[in-house]
Amino acid sequence: MADIARPPTSSSASLPASLRLIGLRLRRNWPSATALAIIVLMILAAVFAAWIAPYDADATSAEAALQAPSLHHWLGTDVYGRDLLSRIIFAARVDLAVAFGATALALAIGATIGAISGLHLGWVDLIIMRCVDSVMAFPAFILAMAITAALGNTVTNVLLAIAVTQVPIYLRLVRGEILRIREMEYADAARVVGNPPWRIVFVHLLPNCLPPIIVQATLAMGYALLTMAALSFIGLGIRPPQSEWGSMTAEGAQYIVTGEWWLFLFPGFAIVLMVLSFNLVGDGLRDFLDPRMRGVR
Amino acid sequence: MPLCEVQDLQVRFPLRGLQAWLRTLKDGAPPVVRAVDGVSFAIEAGTTLGLVGESGCGKSTVARSLVRLVEPAAGSIRLDGTELTTLDDDAFARVRPSLQMVFQDPTASLNPRLSVRRAVEEPLKLHTDLAATERRARTDAVLEEVGLGADLAERYPHELSGGQRQRVNIARALATNPRLVVLDEPTSALDVSLRARVILLLEELRSRHGLSYLFISHDLATVRYLTSRVAVMYLGVIVEEAWTAELFAHPAHPYTRALLAAVPVPDPDAKRDPFVLSGEIPSPIDIPAGCRLRARCPLARPVCAEPVPVREIAPGHRVACHLV
Repeated sequence: MADIARPPTSSSASLPASLRLIGLRLRRNWPSATALAIIVLMILAAVFAAWIAPYDADATSAEAALQAPSLHHWLGTDVYGRDLLSRIIFAARVDLAVAFGATALALAIGATIGAISGLHLGWVDLIIMRCVDSVMAFPAFILAMAITAALGNTVTNVLLAIAVTQVPIYLRLVRGEILRIREMEYADAARVVGNPPWRIVFVHLLPNCLPPIIVQATLAMGYALLTMAALSFIGLGIRPPQSEWGSMTAEGAQYIVTGEWWLFLFPGFAIVLMVLSFNLVGDGLRDFLDPRMRGVR
Repeated sequence: MPLCEVQDLQVRFPLRGLQAWLRTLKDGAPPVVRAVDGVSFAIEAGTTLGLVGESGCGKSTVARSLVRLVEPAAGSIRLDGTELTTLDDDAFARVRPSLQMVFQDPTASLNPRLSVRRAVEEPLKLHTDLAATERRARTDAVLEEVGLGADLAERYPHELSGGQRQRVNIARALATNPRLVVLDEPTSALDVSLRARVILLLEELRSRHGLSYLFISHDLATVRYLTSRVAVMYLGVIVEEAWTAELFAHPAHPYTRALLAAVPVPDPDAKRDPFVLSGEIPSPIDIPAGCRLRARCPLARPVCAEPVPVREIAPGHRVACHLV
């Protein structure tokens, strides 16, 4: 709060000063900063998996089967002798791609329909909102299960299923923000100046609903990841032999009783780490984008 | 011919909700708010018309219907001889450069994500085919004219003071060289110390560019300084209209007298018109028949229930009251 009292001269748009401020804010909110670093590292690992992973994710080896974590295989090996660390790194590709893809798709669809709904109050809005209510009345995970069960469990369908369950969240969020902002005086001012309707929406309304949407998208990324892992865990998501954290956890669960603890623990830990990181970054962004913090941007 | 001529302007807002529905059953017709109920005035080129009245009297609705933020139900608005109410949106867009507006709240009327330069440049982008460098030059010139240095051009609204923000709003309105600018209480959200400077700026801009203003306010001292004619509104109609000096010297309508009597005078010995109205402004849904001030007016007589004639009691001084 002390920052708010700072005179506006501090934001005279000199680059080093604003960089220093961002650095300061990151240090103050170190859990979010750490979480952001973890996400960035995981994305880099996914992109450069072929160089980083010590082994081929699908290379089987009979003599290396079910080895506990060691210097050769840091996280151990599975029943086919595949290196667990390499599989987790390669799995990050599909897990993160689906999480980002589903969120982006849900956001694009939700924001568009939400904006239409907020701008055309009346029967258009009424129909859209009742449709949204009926989707939301369904438990999201059951809906995702139904979609993948009906369409077949390919990567695209899992992505689609997660996106469909998340569309209502963005739709309602954008609609609410548009309803608030369209009554602001600057929306009127934009009309008086002579902006055509599309410019009012894209230049004056939508950019001003961004902060809550960004926060929501980040939080939802963790949720998308969790949904996908859960789908795979019960066999309705990504199918083996494609490495995926959820299905790997499910496979590993069979070995709990026989003592091969590393098989379920490490993929599960990857899921926990990423979901937690997305949530922490979302929380940090919410503070960062708070309008009251604008002065110290 | 006046630059802007408004005749018998009417704006109605339908009421919604359960109560409105019940009234529809009772009265047979859906209830409407008659926010503006037959307003006429004219603004000569290069002059300022003041529109005064208490909150809720419909003065802002008049302003908003001029720039088509609300659709009038009836009446005529002419700018430079062109009838505006019948224009389609494309044709109206071509009129917009010459008809601009400055809003009441300097903070809320600026898009927080546009820098000062982009906000002021926007009307130029929309209405002119100037090259980027010419637009930039014009933007700098307008900012200079409203007293904002070039160093402020890259700032965002939250980095400006209230007074600076209202100057940005004025600059945006002036960028396209308008003929008529509607000023909807442009100073009421500002500190008293800033108010005077913005008023002086507006007056200077008017005389330099031959602008015309429709100045809406309830600050009578400002109206007296800035306007050449004043129209007093009460409950959706104009009750008195006169040259500014005449109106302040010889207010004729009881409502105008009450408004002027409510202004504090910095002289304890000054003789004051002890004229006070009773009660509150009635709802524009249930407008009383006859004179609208009747229920609050200390001078009311039975004749006030009759339709009110508009009389010209001096050259250019029109009053809608039975008793003058």
